[in-house]
Amino acid sequence: MSVTTPPVPVRTTRRLPRWAPIPVLVASLLLAAGIQFLGDGPTIAGVFFIGAILFGIIMTVTSRVVEGERYAKDRLATTLVTFAFLLALIPLVSLLWIVIRDGVKRFSWEFLTTDMTGIYGQMVEGGAFHAIIGTVYVTGIASIIAIPLGIFTAIYLVEYGRGPLSRGITVLVDVMTGIPSIVAGLFAFTLFLVIVGPAYKSALIGGIALAVLMTPVVVRSVEEMLRLVPNELREASYALGVPKWLTIVKVVLRTAIAGITTGVMIAIARVIGETAPLLLTVGIATAVNWDAFDGRIATLPVFVYRQYAQGGASADRAWAAALTLIIIVMLLNLVARLVSRYFSPKGAR
Amino acid sequence: MSKRIDVNDLNVYYGDFLAVEGVNMVIEARSVTALIGPSGCGKSTFLRTLNRMHEVIPKAYVTGKAVMDGQDLYGPGVDPVEVRRQVGMVFQRPNPFPTMSIADNVLAGVRLNNRRISRSDATDLVERSLTGANLWNEVKDRLDRPGSSLSGGQQQRLCIARAIAVEPQVLLMDEPCSALDPISTLAIEDLIAELKNNYTIVIVTHNMQQAARVSDRTGFFNIAGTGKPGHLIEMDDTTTMFSTPSVKATEDYISGRFG
Ligand SMILES: Nc1ncnc2c1ncn2[C@@H]1O[C@H](COP(=O)(O)OP(=O)(O)OP(=O)(O)O)[C@@H](O)[C@H]1O
Ligand SMILES: [Mg+2]
Repeated sequence: MSVTTPPVPVRTTRRLPRWAPIPVLVASLLLAAGIQFLGDGPTIAGVFFIGAILFGIIMTVTSRVVEGERYAKDRLATTLVTFAFLLALIPLVSLLWIVIRDGVKRFSWEFLTTDMTGIYGQMVEGGAFHAIIGTVYVTGIASIIAIPLGIFTAIYLVEYGRGPLSRGITVLVDVMTGIPSIVAGLFAFTLFLVIVGPAYKSALIGGIALAVLMTPVVVRSVEEMLRLVPNELREASYALGVPKWLTIVKVVLRTAIAGITTGVMIAIARVIGETAPLLLTVGIATAVNWDAFDGRIATLPVFVYRQYAQGGASADRAWAAALTLIIIVMLLNLVARLVSRYFSPKGAR
Repeated sequence: MSKRIDVNDLNVYYGDFLAVEGVNMVIEARSVTALIGPSGCGKSTFLRTLNRMHEVIPKAYVTGKAVMDGQDLYGPGVDPVEVRRQVGMVFQRPNPFPTMSIADNVLAGVRLNNRRISRSDATDLVERSLTGANLWNEVKDRLDRPGSSLSGGQQQRLCIARAIAVEPQVLLMDEPCSALDPISTLAIEDLIAELKNNYTIVIVTHNMQQAARVSDRTGFFNIAGTGKPGHLIEMDDTTTMFSTPSVKATEDYISGRFG
C-alpha cells in the first residue's frame, strides 16, 4: 500500500500570552461599570454579570482572531466553567460570612457551656449547652440506628441481593429518600403515641425520626461505594479460599471504607440540621436533659428557630447557635477526611 | 502432595448460554497441562470450573463431574471454599489488593482467613513466595510499599507469589505471562518447571512456544462459530500434539493456518 497524502508537518500556532486574560478581565469590568453609569449607576452584581459576559465575548473573539477556532472554543468553555463555579460559590461564601459575622457577637466559651435556665426578656446571658447535648443525643441515636442498618442493607443489595426482593428494596429506598422530613417526624410521633402513649417525649423519638431520614441516604451512598470495588478483588480473595463473608469484611468494606466514611458523614450532615421533625417530637426545653429516654430535650436547630423568632437579644443567640452547628458539621467533615486519607487505597498515582 | 483431576462430561453455562460443552479430560498430577485455542472458545471459562470460581458469576452453573482424589468437586456437600483452598488461581489480569502492602498481599491467603502466623514465619513465607515468583530481588527493599505501586508485570508476579503462598495442590494459571516481558516470562516458565515437582499445574496460553516449552500435555479447545459452545477438540502429550496431531484443526491452529 502506498501513502496517498503527503505528510503534513506538525503546525505551530500563535498563542496569546499567558497573562492576556487579566487585562481583558479588568477592561471588561471597567466597561461594565461604564455602561452602568449611563443607567442608574453601577452595582456590584451588575458589574459582575455584565463584566463576565463582556469578558467571555472579548476573550473568545480575540482568541478566534489570534489563535484560531479550537483555542477560541477552549477559552469560551473555560470562561463558562469558571463563571459557573464563581456563581455557585456566592451563596456558600455569603452564607458563611453572614453566619460568622452575626454569630461571633455572642459566640464564646460561656455560650457553649451554659443553658437557658432563668433567662428571660432581653437578658443577654444564657447559651446553647443544653441544645448541643440534645443535638448530640438525637443525632447519635439516629446514627446508631441508621448507619448499621444502611450499611447492612447496602451490603445485601450489592453482594447478595438478586431478583424481586432486592429490586423492591431499591425502589423503597428511593421512595424513602424523597420523604419530607415533617412526615418522618409525624411517623415517629405516631409510632410512640401508639406504643407508649401521648405524654411521652424524649430524644429517642427524635432520633428515630432522623433515622428514618438518614437510612436511605446511607444505603444509597454505601451502595455506590461498594459497587465501585472491582470484581477482580472479590475473585482474587475467593481464589485464595477466603469465604464470602470474610471477603466482604476484609476486602470489599476495607477497600471502600474511605468512600463509606464520606457517605456516612454526608448523611449525618443531612440530618443534623433538621428542624421540623424535632419540633414535633422532642419539643423545646431550657435546661440540660441528660436522659435520652425521658423528657423534652433542646436541639440546636430548634433552638435557632425559637431564639430567632423571639428577636432582640435572643436573635444573637440564634446566630451563635447556627455558627455552633456549622462548626460541628465542619469538625465531622474534618474527621471524615482524616479517616479517608488514612484508609484510602494507596498506589503509584 | 499434588492431585490428579478427572473431568467427566462437563458442560459450563452462563445462564442459558452453553459456553463449553462435553469436556472429558484427565489432568495428571505433578505435570503441566496447557490449554490452547482461539479467543472466546472457553479456555478461561473451563479453567474457572476447576476451582469452582465459575459459579460466583450470577446465574452461571456447571453440569458434569470434576473428580479430584476420588472426590467430585461438584458433588453434594462439597464446600467451594474448601475446593479453592486446594486449587489456587492466577488471573489473566493482575489483581493485587490495593489496600495492602507488597508483603501483606503475599500473606493475604493467611491474613484474610484470620489464621495466626508468627512474625518470623510470616517473614519467611514472604521471602520464600516472592523468591519463588522471581520478584524478591526487585521488591525486598520496599515490602511495605503498596502492591499497586508495582509495574504490571511485577504485579502479576506478586499475584503468583500470593497464590503459591497458600501452597495449593493444584495451580490454575490463566495467561499468566500475557503482561510480562520475555525475561519475566522465562522466569515464570522456570518457576512452573520447578513447581511441577510439587503441584499440578494447568496453564492457559496463547503462546504456542510457551505451551511447547513448559507443558507435558496439551489440550486444544475450539469453537464452531460465535454463539456456539466451545469443545475440547483434542488432548495428548505435548510432543505428539505439536508434531503429529490427529485432528486437522489442531494442526492448522498450531501451525498458524487458522481461520
Ligand atoms: N461473565 C460472562 N457472562 C456471559 N458470558 C461470558 C462471560 N464470560 C465469558 N463469556 C462467554 O463465554 C465464552 C468463552 O469465554 P472465555 O473467556 O472462556 O474465552 P477464552 O477462551 O478465555 O478467550 P481468551 O483467549 O480471549 O481469554 C465467550 O463466548 C464469552 O462471550
Ligand atoms: Mg481467557
